[in-house]
Amino acid sequence: MDFGFSQEQEMLRATARKFFENECTSTFVRARMEEPAGVTDDFWTKLAEQGWLGLVYPEEYGGAGLGFVDLVVLMEEMGRVVMPGPFFATTVLGGLAILEAGSAAQKEEWLTRIAAGEAKATLAWTEPNVRWDAAGVTTTARAAGGDFVLSGTKLFVPDAHLADVLVVAARTSEGPRPEDGVSLFLVPKNTAGLETKLLPTMDQTRKLCEVSFRDARVPGPALLGARDAGWPAVARVLERATVALCAEMCGGAQRVLEMTTEYAKIRVAFGKPIGSYQGVKHRAADMLVDVENAKSLTYYAAWAVDENVVEAALAASMAKAYVTDAYRKVAGAGIQLHGGIGFTWEHDLHLYFKRAKSSEFTFGDATYHRERVASLINL
Amino acid sequence: MDLSLTAEQEAFRENVRRWLKANIPADWTSRVAATADVPRPEAYDILRAWQRKLYDAGFLGLTWPKDYGGRGLTFIEEMILHQEMALAKAPPILNILGVGMAGPTIVAYGTEEQKRRYPARILSCEEIWCQGYSEPNAGSDLASLQTRAVKDGEHWVINGQKVWTSLAHIADFMMLLARTDPNAPKHKGITYFLLDMKLPGVTVKPLRQMTGDAEFNEVFFDNVRLHESQVLGGVNNGWSVGLTTLMYERLALGFGLQVRLRIALDGLIELSRRMEKHGRNVVKDPVLRQKIAQLWIDTECLKYTGARAITRLLRGEIPGPEASTGKMMWVETHQRLQELAMDIQGPYAQLMRGSEWAVESGLWQHTFLRSRANSIEGGTTEIQKNIIAERILGLPKD
Repeated sequence: MDFGFSQEQEMLRATARKFFENECTSTFVRARMEEPAGVTDDFWTKLAEQGWLGLVYPEEYGGAGLGFVDLVVLMEEMGRVVMPGPFFATTVLGGLAILEAGSAAQKEEWLTRIAAGEAKATLAWTEPNVRWDAAGVTTTARAAGGDFVLSGTKLFVPDAHLADVLVVAARTSEGPRPEDGVSLFLVPKNTAGLETKLLPTMDQTRKLCEVSFRDARVPGPALLGARDAGWPAVARVLERATVALCAEMCGGAQRVLEMTTEYAKIRVAFGKPIGSYQGVKHRAADMLVDVENAKSLTYYAAWAVDENVVEAALAASMAKAYVTDAYRKVAGAGIQLHGGIGFTWEHDLHLYFKRAKSSEFTFGDATYHRERVASLINL
Repeated sequence: MDLSLTAEQEAFRENVRRWLKANIPADWTSRVAATADVPRPEAYDILRAWQRKLYDAGFLGLTWPKDYGGRGLTFIEEMILHQEMALAKAPPILNILGVGMAGPTIVAYGTEEQKRRYPARILSCEEIWCQGYSEPNAGSDLASLQTRAVKDGEHWVINGQKVWTSLAHIADFMMLLARTDPNAPKHKGITYFLLDMKLPGVTVKPLRQMTGDAEFNEVFFDNVRLHESQVLGGVNNGWSVGLTTLMYERLALGFGLQVRLRIALDGLIELSRRMEKHGRNVVKDPVLRQKIAQLWIDTECLKYTGARAITRLLRGEIPGPEASTGKMMWVETHQRLQELAMDIQGPYAQLMRGSEWAVESGLWQHTFLRSRANSIEGGTTEIQKNIIAERILGLPKD
């Protein structure tokens, strides 16, 4: 048993930290917040050059062939700098869906281009009903000749406005269970009847879209995986994406803790650094406990999904439930301990606070995942 | 990152599991009358026998050197043992202060003679140990302790008082901190002694607690003459030695704490399946399901945080921040668990042992009350937070 990172993983962490400190500064992040894209071509190319866009894809598809735990290391570092842009949508959501369900030709077509930085992707799955289970998929795909015709609305789709291809979950038939009859489709941008609309979001570093399909016609080969049997792939991608998101949240929470303790050492009130007062110390200690526990559950979940162990789904839900609460609490406490300066637009804390909030409602909040834990332990 | 075990470790697990299944006394819960925490007074004989059995089977002192009664194994086997004890709902280890604190500290600081004399008898439960740290005026501010030890020939003469001393009424030995140099700065003038509780001048007086039990004691020293060979780790070096004890307490007792928590949680879930509240089964209540699930997550989390700490230890690295959070996390989770056990029982929560209406013979009422001490004993939560803030986060001392 070795519940820690390897030397190679620690090197990846060091490289990533240095890279993001140089390339993803607060100034860079704030400029991207103001723009629809959330990313620059230059930055995206650099991510590709580092080999991070295809980190977990097999080498035959242009990837680095690394494991999920490596991705967790990278996500933590991205979370530290509240990195904006379509990395998560492309590499984790869209890319993993293609890797999970795609034919060799589909993987060849898309994963190699994603890894090279030449294509962006996303997963269009959730709808205005905001359900995280299969019953939430009500968008339909009707067979017409050799084609499929999609109708319906997807909501909270990350970076759909940037995606060259959308992986869309749609219902091709009604089965006895909601999981039956869901299919996945590769829908290229510019498909007639496909419309994406960028939504104004509280967390401006995360761009979310409404995606509507009005009789959008795609050819038969756009089907990703077997017809009517797309849900298991979505579920597996969701499990992985949830753990990757937890890692990103851990990185953000760790950075807030560091910013706060640094500030508490230098900010003087009543003639002493505020960090010498127990009211501040105790809250900072609580933050550390939250951060360390969040990491423990996330690392365990990373190992569990990487190894595909039986408890992987339970591990992912335990992590998301805990990390969600932890990041929200830590980000809030960070603002409180900074006092007025922490509430300003100028200070970076609000970026973390807002990221904590947007992450809270991505892939299910703590209440949802606690209920899943209850079910999975047969309560 | 690899959480799987080697074939030898899996075999060890299988061996532990088989042994526990065959050897745990079936009715121990009702006889010991506790589902968590330190045992009730009438249970000592059963628990003494249980520890002896564990020792004879070779399951105690796994990480201690073979020369001193241990097995020379790693913390992985220690962790496996504790996990299996939790799953099997095994009785607690009576001489826990000896096994968790006194023994490892003697192994670390003792003379060869001390190392030959004490550790093995700690493991076998032949000699029970208590911890003489806290005093009426030195609790969280432990270094202010006033119990004096004055040299007289080959002996130290001890005068003073300890308080909140668990197990002192059945203990054979005490880890005693006493002031040997009143003129030195308060951390520098303390010595760590191994005290025979049967020496003339040692008086133990039970302290009745809010549970109604008297598991704590006051211990008085009236001109107790202690031979100089009973100093551990050098005169005036007691503070460092004592801190080592506390470090072992965190690491070794950490496994045990996680186990007790898991056993208590399993008990709570069984209770929830049986109880109805507002006309519906407790496990069907969405709010209570949320609370139980959170307890499950927190209990599992303690296990993984422990595994992170062990990994650092096995790699020869210094303990990271994760090693310091366990006690606080355990306390908060356990107290919340005990509160939930009352919540689930509703008005029945008021009934104590002796009523036929009492739920599970009133066991939860005892563990609930007892849990209030968790955030005080072994370092208050407030002191733990100061330590984390100052030593790990580097915030200034006030």
